[in-house]
Amino acid sequence: MMSFMKGRVLVVDDDTALAEMLGIVLRGEGFEPSFVADGDKALAAFRESKPDLVLLDLMLPGRDGIEVCRLIRAESGVPIVMLTAKSDTVDVVVGLESGADDYIVKPFKPKELVARIRARLRRSEEPAPEQLAIGDLVIDVAGHSVKRDGQSIALTPLEFDLLVALARKPWQVFTREVLLEQVWGYRHAADTRLVNVHVQRLRSKVEKDPEKPEIVVTVRGVGYKAGPS
Amino acid sequence: MSGDSAASAPGRSGGRPGRPVGRKGSRWGRFLESGLLLQGGVQGSPVIRLFMRWVRRPLLPVMRLWRRNIQLKVVVTTLLMSLGVVLLLGFVVIGQVRNGLLDAKVKASQSQATGGFAVAKQRAEEAPSGTGDDVTTVDGRPAQNVIQWMSDLVSSLSSGGQGAFDVVTLPPSDADGTGGRGPRASGEVDWSRSVPADLRERIGSSTTAAQSYTRITYNNETKDSQPGLVIGKQVNDPNGDPYQLYYLFPLTQEEKSLSLVKGTLATAGLFVVVLLGAIAWLVVRQVVTPVRMAAGIAERLSAGRLQERMKVTGEDDIARLGEAFNKMAQNLQLKISQLEDLSRMQRRFVSDVSHELRTPLTTVRMAADVIHEAREDFDPVTARSAELLADQLDRFESLLADLLEISRFDAGAAALEAEPIDLREVVRRVVSGAEPLAERKGTRIRVLGDQQPVVAEADARRVERVLRNLVVNAVEHGEGRDVVVKLAAAGGAVAVAVRDYGVGLKPGEATRVFSRFWRADPARARTTGGTGLGLSIALEDARLHGGWLQAWGEPGGGSQFRLTLPRTADEPLRGSPIPLEPKDSRRNRGLDDAGLPCGGGDGEKRATVPAQQASGPAPQGAKHDPIPPRAATAAPTADPTALPGNGARVVPRPASGTRRQDDATAADQPTRDGEVSGPAGAADNGVARGPAGTARGPAVSGSRETGRDDGAAASGGEAERGDAHRQGEASRGR
Repeated sequence: MMSFMKGRVLVVDDDTALAEMLGIVLRGEGFEPSFVADGDKALAAFRESKPDLVLLDLMLPGRDGIEVCRLIRAESGVPIVMLTAKSDTVDVVVGLESGADDYIVKPFKPKELVARIRARLRRSEEPAPEQLAIGDLVIDVAGHSVKRDGQSIALTPLEFDLLVALARKPWQVFTREVLLEQVWGYRHAADTRLVNVHVQRLRSKVEKDPEKPEIVVTVRGVGYKAGPS
Repeated sequence: MSGDSAASAPGRSGGRPGRPVGRKGSRWGRFLESGLLLQGGVQGSPVIRLFMRWVRRPLLPVMRLWRRNIQLKVVVTTLLMSLGVVLLLGFVVIGQVRNGLLDAKVKASQSQATGGFAVAKQRAEEAPSGTGDDVTTVDGRPAQNVIQWMSDLVSSLSSGGQGAFDVVTLPPSDADGTGGRGPRASGEVDWSRSVPADLRERIGSSTTAAQSYTRITYNNETKDSQPGLVIGKQVNDPNGDPYQLYYLFPLTQEEKSLSLVKGTLATAGLFVVVLLGAIAWLVVRQVVTPVRMAAGIAERLSAGRLQERMKVTGEDDIARLGEAFNKMAQNLQLKISQLEDLSRMQRRFVSDVSHELRTPLTTVRMAADVIHEAREDFDPVTARSAELLADQLDRFESLLADLLEISRFDAGAAALEAEPIDLREVVRRVVSGAEPLAERKGTRIRVLGDQQPVVAEADARRVERVLRNLVVNAVEHGEGRDVVVKLAAAGGAVAVAVRDYGVGLKPGEATRVFSRFWRADPARARTTGGTGLGLSIALEDARLHGGWLQAWGEPGGGSQFRLTLPRTADEPLRGSPIPLEPKDSRRNRGLDDAGLPCGGGDGEKRATVPAQQASGPAPQGAKHDPIPPRAATAAPTADPTALPGNGARVVPRPASGTRRQDDATAADQPTRDGEVSGPAGAADNGVARGPAGTARGPAVSGSRETGRDDGAAASGGEAERGDAHRQGEASRGR
């Protein structure tokens, strides 16, 4: 159990008080936090500390959070959880589109934060040898790879989880809420935009024509399902 | 001068008036035909209407062009008016010319004829009187003499004006033509047709000369008849017997001149009319083109393209119009951009405040939680303080969140992310979320009408927020009694109603519940402690969807909140599938304020509410079932269960236009479901509609009294319909 919780967390936040408080809470939960307060230094700190998860404030001096998020995402699929004070549509969507896996709106409760972090870290703990097919894709769950015609497609862990969740039950239509629960680990209703944005990101990687999706099909008024194999 | 018109009259009368008569005749002919067709039929009016439509249809595009095109109007009007003027002018001129021509001719002819008559008289006197004696003796000879004399006379008289006139002698009209004094004519004139009979009569009855216009015809086939003037007089022959002597003057020359004038005038007139039309067209074009340009630019301006401007050339009125227009557009653009800036600043400010407040609050929050977690190790005072700190931080947080949400609405920054959602899912989530609270309160939450999907284009997050608010409120104020959540879809609308059987609302409160920071009873202990902004936000959310959020309640009888959303985002609402006043309201059950049955004893006084609760499926079946079939009948137009009252109770959409439709709906309601709209209901509508629609202010509808007036009818009849709005129901447009 302890090993399951363990994890290095990089906290990118310019508010020293909040960063310190985050450190207290994270340490209390058994994580190993490291800190960086400047957007420009964030990438260097990320490379240095090789965290299992990044907590990223959107408003940063120097490079802003969106940019940092994009840079990290460009070289790693590590889970990124945004800390945002703005729950407005645009900010959240921009954050998610830049590559964040999840977001949490200030002010949050420590438990809520820890739950999110754990949900993001949990997924790396289930290596079951399994081969799945969705559309013309072949998914190796244990090997964490997705291939089309032998060509592997790079996905972030979250996108991979999303694809696997859909591929495991190709007969089922998943509502956004169910996906939120299965992939993100939300037990209560949360922002379904998370699903929308990540489905779009996933489609841009796995679909031949993202305008006419064949792998992840929208079921209007309900949710998503896997396309026919 | 009656003869004056003889020449032109046929042409004139046969022309213009004749045409319309003819056309009207044909139309009437068709009309009669259709009428004849109908005679066997039962009713004529539909066929006539059909016929009228048939007649009008090809004209419709023309009529539309006429209505829409000012240039066409002006040109056609100019053409018609100038045609009238030219015609009038033409007739006057032609009349003048003819009079001038004829006067001279007539005078000349008269003098010629007078001379001729004098000569004839003189000849008769000069003739040997012997001839006169002969008359008395034998019949044959003297007559021969007179005949000869007469022939000589005619030839001598006519020889004076070969071609200029002809001479005819006729026996008096009362005498017969026998006895040698038969008619005689020079120049092969067909006397019988050339000399009008009425002229002969006139001459026969007097001794003076008379004249008339006529047509001179000739016995010779090769000679065409021609218009002419005939002057005649009764004179005596040598024997003293009267005979009629006529001078016939052809007017060919005059007619030629006249027709030349007519032709010239007609050509000139035609040219004038056509040229005037062309001039009008050009002139109007000059004016209309800028106007049309202005109209087009105004349309584009109103469509949001604020940088559109008119081209201004010169300094005339059109240029001034253009300048004024451009100035207006400039000012509009300025104002709009100012407002946009303001709105942007406001949004920016809210966003900044939000961020600036939230970051320290997060730290405080986390610190408080850490302290709260460790409170067991503290002394009681500190531990309690930690608890209070955590609790009040919760409250502070939700207050801040609500304030920010409201300010976002106020700044117009709230955006709708509508997609098709099944409201049953939302309700399920909301109900499961409210379960813990309900358990604490001992309340059971029942959901009705969730057998069928209730799908609408809506923002799931907002709808859920609204419903969570309603359900939590209902549980909080439900005093432990059941809370019923009912879903329905019909027509173009879906609705969710949340009914509780708690303290209810006092008259007038139904409008005020949506006010910011309003509390039903300030002294009332708050158990879960809302921010006081929940329903305001819910109302804004509903409005953002183009939907309604309305409340109904009666003191002690509980309340019902109804959220109605259009099925598709841009469809205006016309009614709600669920009546605002629930079927089990006290009034619908025929009870008075105190909960006593109106007519009977008080046996069921308290039993009514539990009874309602116990018979769970009953209201559901009764309320839910009627909806689909009725929806099927009137689905395309409007929700059949839409009531005049409900319709009037609008939460105005941000966009204008709902109002009008609503009125329309309300107006034609009585015909659609006439059985219910009683006078009290109608009065209620009036009360409710005004304020809700116009002032965007709270509208309080009917008092308890007006409500009760038609209560019996409503409860006796179809309760679904009768519920317009009684006391305490409201619509809110802040």
